Amino acid sequence: MEYLWVFLIGGLICMLGQVLIITTKITSARILVLFVMIGVVLQAFNIFDPISRFAQAGVNVPIIGFGASLAKGAMSAVESRGLLGAFTGGLEATAAGIAAAVGFAFLFSLIFKSKTK
Amino acid sequence: MKNEKLNQAYNAYVEARIPKTKPWPSLFNAFWVGGLVCLLGQGINELLLYLFPSMAEQSAWSWTLVILIFIASFLTAIGVYDKIGKFAGGGTIVPITGFSNSISSPAIEFKHEGIIYGTCVKMFSVAGPVIVSGVVASIVVGLIYFIVGLI
Repeated sequence: MEYLWVFLIGGLICMLGQVLIITTKITSARILVLFVMIGVVLQAFNIFDPISRFAQAGVNVPIIGFGASLAKGAMSAVESRGLLGAFTGGLEATAAGIAAAVGFAFLFSLIFKSKTK
Repeated sequence: MKNEKLNQAYNAYVEARIPKTKPWPSLFNAFWVGGLVCLLGQGINELLLYLFPSMAEQSAWSWTLVILIFIASFLTAIGVYDKIGKFAGGGTIVPITGFSNSISSPAIEFKHEGIIYGTCVKMFSVAGPVIVSGVVASIVVGLIYFIVGLI
């Protein structure tokens, strides 16, 4: 049952992205930015956690979860370190994802050649 | 005046040549592929917690994302991710795997322009705006949270 919700909610969020692609010819960069912002706003108003407890990977795997981590990191860092936390928290919370994406991209770009020719 | 007519003709030409994606099948494909990616993430997360019971929940989620990012980066490198992307659209863009793909794809594609000006510069052509907007938004949220805490 739990897995059904993960699938349904994750699928619906992705379908929302596809609706935007079809209706507005939006580029993928704009979609990613938009969904990150949705995550930031949901977390800022403390709506993300209740959804996350229920939908789990359904909202954490879509890039919305990345936005929520950014905001959540900033908020909890402000609690522990004060104003400095507003600057350190966001990147700290998302460091693993960003570093992994950059690191693997660099590694594979050294090993592989472009297939799109 | 003449230019305007030319532009119109050109726009009509472009409109006719753009590959049409049929809206309904593409919505369905985005739904089930996106849902499966999330389900895969859930599976990885629960497997990690099962194999390493002492792992903190937060660390397990970070590992899950790192593993998904690795898979997407590898599938991009061997040219498979783009094929799935043509089929599933939003289903491959919206998950964190799409973020990974948006960095890996130009990194590999522009390799021939050199490591610095090709790979390192171009890898952020899509991810750059995402990281910039995300970081700026997180600073704003942090500042507001700090100010609200003072009151």
